[in-house]
Amino acid sequence: MLSERDAVVLLRDTFGPAVISDHEFRGDVTVFVHRTRIIDVLTFLRDDKRLLFDMLIDLTAVDYLHYEPETKAERFEVVYHLRSMATGARIRVKAPVPEDDCQVPSAVALYKIADWLEREVWDMMGIVFTGHPHLSRILMYEEFVGHPLRKDYPYNKEQPQYTIRERSTDRQPVWVR
Amino acid sequence: MIDQSVDTQQKTISIQMGPSHPAMHGCVRLDCELDGEEIVATDVTIGYLHRAFEKMAERNTYNKVIPYTDRLNYVSPLINNVGYVMAVEKLLGVEVPPRCQYIRVIVSEISRVCDHLTCLGAGAMELAAFTVFLYAIEARDMLWEMIEYICGARLTTTYTRVGGLTHDLPPEFENQMRQFFPKIRELVKDIRWLLEKNRIFTDRLRGIGIVSSETLISYGVTGPVARAAGIKYDVRKTHPYLVYDQLEFDVPIGEHGDNLDRFLVRVEEIEQSLRIVEQAFAKLPDGAVSIDDPRIFLPAKEKVYNTIEGMVHHFKLIIDGPKTPPGEVYFPVEGANGELGFYIVSDGAGKPYRCRVRAPCFPALSALPEMIRGHMIADVIATFGMLNIILGELDR
Repeated sequence: MLSERDAVVLLRDTFGPAVISDHEFRGDVTVFVHRTRIIDVLTFLRDDKRLLFDMLIDLTAVDYLHYEPETKAERFEVVYHLRSMATGARIRVKAPVPEDDCQVPSAVALYKIADWLEREVWDMMGIVFTGHPHLSRILMYEEFVGHPLRKDYPYNKEQPQYTIRERSTDRQPVWVR
Repeated sequence: MIDQSVDTQQKTISIQMGPSHPAMHGCVRLDCELDGEEIVATDVTIGYLHRAFEKMAERNTYNKVIPYTDRLNYVSPLINNVGYVMAVEKLLGVEVPPRCQYIRVIVSEISRVCDHLTCLGAGAMELAAFTVFLYAIEARDMLWEMIEYICGARLTTTYTRVGGLTHDLPPEFENQMRQFFPKIRELVKDIRWLLEKNRIFTDRLRGIGIVSSETLISYGVTGPVARAAGIKYDVRKTHPYLVYDQLEFDVPIGEHGDNLDRFLVRVEEIEQSLRIVEQAFAKLPDGAVSIDDPRIFLPAKEKVYNTIEGMVHHFKLIIDGPKTPPGEVYFPVEGANGELGFYIVSDGAGKPYRCRVRAPCFPALSALPEMIRGHMIADVIATFGMLNIILGELDR
């Protein structure tokens, strides 16, 4: 059975420079990956017979605005928590995202839950997932201005008042067929 | 004269359930596209109960976040309390004393029973079995009374602290709890009989809401819903935390993955949780219920008022919070509905830099459109009820 550390070695062998760094803290293994290769890495982690990280436990993002530029080169990091149903191994994959080009390829084709989770990250952090079929707000309402979990969004900021939507301008439903 | 221009070819109609609907357990909106009475597509709108847990957690010291966790899954708040503080303890790298671990197991399992009873009772009530609801609420109220006996509140418990518990169990707690066990078992047996032999109820659950286990994994669904489909995953068994590896219990697994299996898995889990509580009482060791480290856990009141060190520690903990090492941790516990995880990023301060909840309801609800596709509109109620969507943790 391959451990999380072996998974990191395997990733380094397969993807080379796309794997930026890795570290272990309190037993949690984290791998930093270039966002351009993130889908390849996630596909490899999911489909490789030795790894089989087939469950996307969580997808979120962290805004490192208050960190020194020496510790965090980019402002955002998108965080993928993966778990293998076969081995029980867990791994955390992080993809740094710069502030001026806030986008990451979407993982909707790999994990169905990525649909909602990516919508939430876009809603809360303003990170665009390219290739997502219908990236719309999920927890906030359509007229909400800004992205509330960004560190520069004040906790007590007030939102502009908006008029009640007409039925005709109502949000188009996202039919899941 | 019949107007020939009217389009009679339109095949589907769309109806809206919620946001304020008796069977929506709070506020969720389902827009269903119907072909006759059959659902062909669904759009789910969530967020009506969003209270910015993650944003507020960033403003408060680690201990001050605990009351917010009560409001996540408000039917089993103690599991949230335990899960959150254990994530912080993992970040700090501390382990709580054995007595505290056992008590955390006891309160978690009591909460799990409450959650399952709520799900069964409310789910049955929505399918017109109102008597069962009263039976389930009677059993749940006994347990909530016991939780009130522990911490003075039925729902807003805030019982745990980083590094321990607010206080020990009350002295008569174990005896009172033991008196309730036969009553709860009797009520659960009644619930089981009332529903399992109820043709209307079982017919409305059997064969409804099935999706393949691959789809469930792709959706990240965990907990009773996944186990009903045969996925052998329970955080208490696969990643044992607290003292779950020293306690004997079975994890019920379903075969078909339909609503009836979800119902049966939950009924069986109630019995297993009661078993765990009984064993934990038998093994409950003596000793402290919190770590003795004034940098993490508040010192005793006598020390605060009578010694200068105690005063300083108290002040520093309340104002600044415990000093944490910079880093990030993810800690999962088995919530009543599945894997409840807390992801905490620390920059070394006494407040979480980022605190993220992995709520088990979120994946379950996102899989709902696939579960009800092709079924009748009335099956939405049964499926929604058996997923046990708790809006507090869904919208956070």
